[in-house]
Amino acid sequence: MKIAEINRQDEMIYPGHNACPGCGAALAVRYLTKALGKNIVLVLTASCWSIISGMPPLTALKCPILHCPFPSAGSVGSGVRRGLNARGHHDTTVVVLAGDGGTFDIGLQALSGAAQRNEDYIFVCYDNEAYMNTGMQTSSATPFGARTNTAPYPLYKEGEKKDIMQIMAAHTVPYAATATVAFPADLEEKLKTAQKVKGFRFIHILAPCPPGWGTESSDTIEVSRLAVATGFFPLYEVRNGTNWKLTVPADIKSASLSQYLGLQRRFKEMDDRRLNELQHEINRDYQRLLDQVAKVTAETQQ
Amino acid sequence: MAFQMISGSQAAATAVQRVGVDLVAAYPITPQTAIVEALADFSAKGELGGEFVSVESEYAALACCNGAAATGARVFTATASHGLAYMHEMIHWCSGARFPIVMVNVNRTIGAPWCLDPDQGDSLSQRDTGWLQLYCANAQEVFDMVIQAFIIAEELLLPCMVVFDGFYISHTYEAVDVADADQVRKLVGPPAFAPQVIPGQPGNLHGLSTGETHLKLVKDRHQTMLRLPVLFNKINKAFAKQFGRSYNILETQIPSGAKRAIVAAGATAETVRWALPVLADTGLIQLRVFRPFPAAEIRQVIEENELTELLVVDRNCSVGMGGIFAQELRSALYELPKPPQVRSLILAGGVDLTEQMLVDLLQTTGNEENFALRWGDEF
Repeated sequence: MKIAEINRQDEMIYPGHNACPGCGAALAVRYLTKALGKNIVLVLTASCWSIISGMPPLTALKCPILHCPFPSAGSVGSGVRRGLNARGHHDTTVVVLAGDGGTFDIGLQALSGAAQRNEDYIFVCYDNEAYMNTGMQTSSATPFGARTNTAPYPLYKEGEKKDIMQIMAAHTVPYAATATVAFPADLEEKLKTAQKVKGFRFIHILAPCPPGWGTESSDTIEVSRLAVATGFFPLYEVRNGTNWKLTVPADIKSASLSQYLGLQRRFKEMDDRRLNELQHEINRDYQRLLDQVAKVTAETQQ
Repeated sequence: MAFQMISGSQAAATAVQRVGVDLVAAYPITPQTAIVEALADFSAKGELGGEFVSVESEYAALACCNGAAATGARVFTATASHGLAYMHEMIHWCSGARFPIVMVNVNRTIGAPWCLDPDQGDSLSQRDTGWLQLYCANAQEVFDMVIQAFIIAEELLLPCMVVFDGFYISHTYEAVDVADADQVRKLVGPPAFAPQVIPGQPGNLHGLSTGETHLKLVKDRHQTMLRLPVLFNKINKAFAKQFGRSYNILETQIPSGAKRAIVAAGATAETVRWALPVLADTGLIQLRVFRPFPAAEIRQVIEENELTELLVVDRNCSVGMGGIFAQELRSALYELPKPPQVRSLILAGGVDLTEQMLVDLLQTTGNEENFALRWGDEF
């Protein structure tokens, strides 16, 4: 999709919000709210969007935003959904919006509880791979090898990025998908698909962060595209925890990991050993994903 | 009149069912479990009216209530001890967001080490969170205060905690006058507070504020909470008309000529009430409401009765300061020209209050050592 083709009629985000230039999270929410339409309620946990949304009575979005404490998003979403049902608002889509900290770390228990209960809402994680609102501290979504302010030079993030999609798939949620801002049509389509599904839906959006990642604000889309092209962040969806489907565009040219990391200052001190280790992790996870997709294909053909 | 032999826990759950709620979200913890199970029973029989949600933690229970209350739904949860402590962040948040949530806390000691006895430190350590706190001395009070808590919370738009002692009240069976739902709903009515989240209406609810804005909001909560005494009397006039019984912010029982009184909250107040006949020239001041603290009402009782000595029963202890009720009371008495002597009996850990303790204490004269402070293990 070309930018010129994006329909600007249904924008839910106001200009003049508080995001940094080139913010992937602002773009992600712009696309997702546009995809879901006007009848939505956004539950928002502590994250960059707590600031982006503006200081009340100002607001950045044309829908109700209910702020909530950091670990609580999954549970507050459950209450909002059930409360709206009790008051007859069955058609309203409830979206819980959290960053990677509010999803992978401090919000994981509430997320797991809500997923297990199959609560009827969409949980969206915009993943900028660290605690960016507080100034770039390590989260469990930070990739191996990255430098953060709690892993400063000569340290680097030890351990792999937590695989939140496999965790959600293990909860057998009706619908889970990955998306990123370089592919807005794919992102919007997944949100529209999610909106039609009943029960718990999870969307994992990779949202580049220029000040945190050390990228040029003009490179947000390119970095997002390379994340997919290198296999670092494959685009796919999974239904009921078993039905896996790749959605990577067929015409995408594959790119090398060093191309992707080279645009980001947080990987500046990455040596070959660490690069190989990260490459190994990416290959292993991509192969597992291919196996999961192949299994579905084989079963369908039987 | 429909007396039933039920426990304090059943009284709480039945009151919630009689009021009618849209949502109960709860997580089990001893000694609160009987309340949750009774509410699940109502739900299984289709008698709860709203939804019962088993969530993954106490934090989630209050967070779920928070979300539902934001849409204008009437909600309830119950917890105890570590569960209440685990909710702490949400407890603050619900008050700041002005959600009229009703929660029962069954007093239980907080570890370490593990302990099941009814120390009041769990609820008292939430005193600065902006919740109203009502303490109950028996199962009838539990039934009646849970009903009244919904009216109070929704009128003031502040959350309300109904507190009673684990086991002594939660698991003890008493004859309780259980009103039917029609009668209760005539008094309480459907939830009448405005929803904050309204689909189609943009709003940035509880987003970032300045310190100056926050100050105004805190001041409003404080001033609103201080409206309770007038509201409580109004509610109890209607309650008396409907049910033939009523309550005061302070329940006093002071024999003519008595110059000293025992101050207690919760089940210990009931123990003192039963012990009064053997305690010469001694009265009882039962603290029903802890937040807002009934300072003016207490001063009035002291001045009217010319009390010179107060013995405060604290089944709690703020380590480094002493009994919490005694501490709050001393602060309230500071404005009196001739404040009474305040003595403190600390039963932290949830130690049982016995009649003998009270007899021994009241025989102690002002000249003896440890007059002002006694611990429950010294008897």
